[in-house]
Amino acid sequence: MKTNWKYWIPVYFVGFSFLIAVSYHFAKPRYKPDNISDLLSDFSWLGNWPKWLDFPLMQPLNAGFEWLIVEFGMFFEGINNFLLGLYTMMKDALVGLPWPLVVAIVIILTYFASGKKMGTTVMVGFCTFFIGFLSPRYWDKCIMTTCIVLIGIFLCLVVGLPIGIAMSRNPKVRKAILPVLDLMQTIPSFCYLIPGILLFGLGAVPAIFAIFVYAAPPLIRLTDLGIRLVDKEVVEAADAFGASKKQKLWGVQIPLALPNIMQGVNQAVMMALAMVVIASMIGTRGIGDEVLLGLQQLNVGMATEAGIAIVLLAIIFDRITQAYGDRIQDKTRPKKMKKV
Amino acid sequence: MPKIELKNVYKIFGEDPQSVLPLVQNGATKEEILEETDHTVGLDNVSISVEEGETFVCMGLSGSGKSTLIRHINRLIDPTVGEVLVDGVNVLEFNESELLELRRHKMSMVFQSFGLFPHKTVIQNVAYGLEIQDKPLEERTRISEEQIKAVGLNGFEHQYPSELSGGMQQRVGLTRALATNPGILLMDEAFSALDPLIRNDMQEQLVELQSKLHKTIVFITHDLDESLKLGDHIGILNGGRLVQVGKPEEIIMNPADDYVAAFVKDVNRAKVLRAKTIMLSAEQNPLNGKKSAETLKVNENSYVEEFLPIVLEQHSLVEVIDSQGNIMGFITEKEIAKSLSKSKQVSL
Repeated sequence: MKTNWKYWIPVYFVGFSFLIAVSYHFAKPRYKPDNISDLLSDFSWLGNWPKWLDFPLMQPLNAGFEWLIVEFGMFFEGINNFLLGLYTMMKDALVGLPWPLVVAIVIILTYFASGKKMGTTVMVGFCTFFIGFLSPRYWDKCIMTTCIVLIGIFLCLVVGLPIGIAMSRNPKVRKAILPVLDLMQTIPSFCYLIPGILLFGLGAVPAIFAIFVYAAPPLIRLTDLGIRLVDKEVVEAADAFGASKKQKLWGVQIPLALPNIMQGVNQAVMMALAMVVIASMIGTRGIGDEVLLGLQQLNVGMATEAGIAIVLLAIIFDRITQAYGDRIQDKTRPKKMKKV
Repeated sequence: MPKIELKNVYKIFGEDPQSVLPLVQNGATKEEILEETDHTVGLDNVSISVEEGETFVCMGLSGSGKSTLIRHINRLIDPTVGEVLVDGVNVLEFNESELLELRRHKMSMVFQSFGLFPHKTVIQNVAYGLEIQDKPLEERTRISEEQIKAVGLNGFEHQYPSELSGGMQQRVGLTRALATNPGILLMDEAFSALDPLIRNDMQEQLVELQSKLHKTIVFITHDLDESLKLGDHIGILNGGRLVQVGKPEEIIMNPADDYVAAFVKDVNRAKVLRAKTIMLSAEQNPLNGKKSAETLKVNENSYVEEFLPIVLEQHSLVEVIDSQGNIMGFITEKEIAKSLSKSKQVSL
């Protein structure tokens, strides 16, 4: 309420005083004056920032994190086992297939996802071929990377879409979620990669976790935005015909928001690919560790070659998702105008 | 019992409508409220009653609250205070599922920019209301095909709305609204986005449809000619207030205030006024028993423009008759001149 902010001033004031009192109370004795009344006679603490004016956030965070690991260890173990099992299964299946068959599968997938566009299909086919062609080592590694990205994106979709829908429906939910998304997008990736290791151990799973933190926000934002951007009159029409919330959402809002949602998926995939390369630094196997290896040996050629393989992988992902998004858009908004 | 009734409806948009309500009820205007409290008055003590089978046209300039008014009837907008009755039942007391039932079966709506679903074909659009009612697919298809044929859109069933012209899109909108066979049709500036010739076509099509179907129609427009053509009754809104309600000729002949007068200033009166509105009663026979050379018999419901040229040419006396041929009254050139002049003070 705009008119009520005045009534909250005392509450804020009390809260702020409490925080300062807490920081003073928990500060080490050597940082504090012997007597609290000294603060009123010696004003040197107004010069440099006093060491007692330091809110103790680190200790509770550490304690909390420890508590999380001890109390919920089984829970994270369960998630870890599930995701790792899924990853291993996918990876083994794809690595076990003869490589021409994998190329063929990618080509067929592109052909139908793009609505039978020959140009896109041929290009994606060549890109796939060139990954192995650059260096045979890259083939299996790119498959590992792909599996991690796919599982990460699957997680983003399963969690992100419902959140995006909830945000679009309720401004209060949106207000609550938006700062969380901001945090997820701005916090440096190592701040969750390393704790990820503590929670999930080394390997693919902390990378999947990192992908979720990094790639879910754009998907959530674009889902929310896409649904809110659906023509107001069209939504009103659905209401006027007595559509229930469910009928409105699945029959009108989601189909019309789909081009935007697909854009979100595309963005999420690209970000996932970027993250999986960074994740090689915490021991995630995949094409990223080739880059890392090249850089560690100051072998610029090797790093660049692996970099090109990543770009090829990115092109494949981008073309397939983009082409699929375009096809949906064509369906919802036919561009051809017929003169009658 | 009126089909639709609004009783003392107030609608205030803003953060805390209830706090502003007393000010509005004490007669503050829309501008004052906006200035002082940052709230927008949508409707200010509006009461209307629409009889079954009639077309009620609600007219006003943009911002006068007419679109807000029509959305109260199917509760796309809820009033700040007031009653909305449909078939004598206060729909504001409906719970969620009763409200959905009301919207599904009793009324449907046509929108200014059509509100068609761009991802559905023409036939899917038309069938939408039936789909929401969970009718089986065959029934939906059968009814929609009939309806599409009735408005002459056959052949376009499987096209998407964006492939059609504006006029055709609105015909889809109208067909979609009629497909559920509702008693009430809400039309929010339905023809305003169309160009004049097509608008004319659509108006005529609506009049023709209405003569067959006898729906209760609430029609919103900012176009006076349109409201005179379609309306059995017209309500004029200004700044959220209903300034005048009446039959078309009442509004033309006796505008309630300057705002309405300004509205009706440029109307072609000969097109709107009927013989029975301007005639002298049968007792006031201007001939006083003398026999006139030329008399012209016209039906009481004919418009002035229909007999005006003949009167001017032949200087004949007009005898107004009802459908049985009984003489209802007389019209001389003087009455015609009076009715067509814009100022009330013209003396002849």
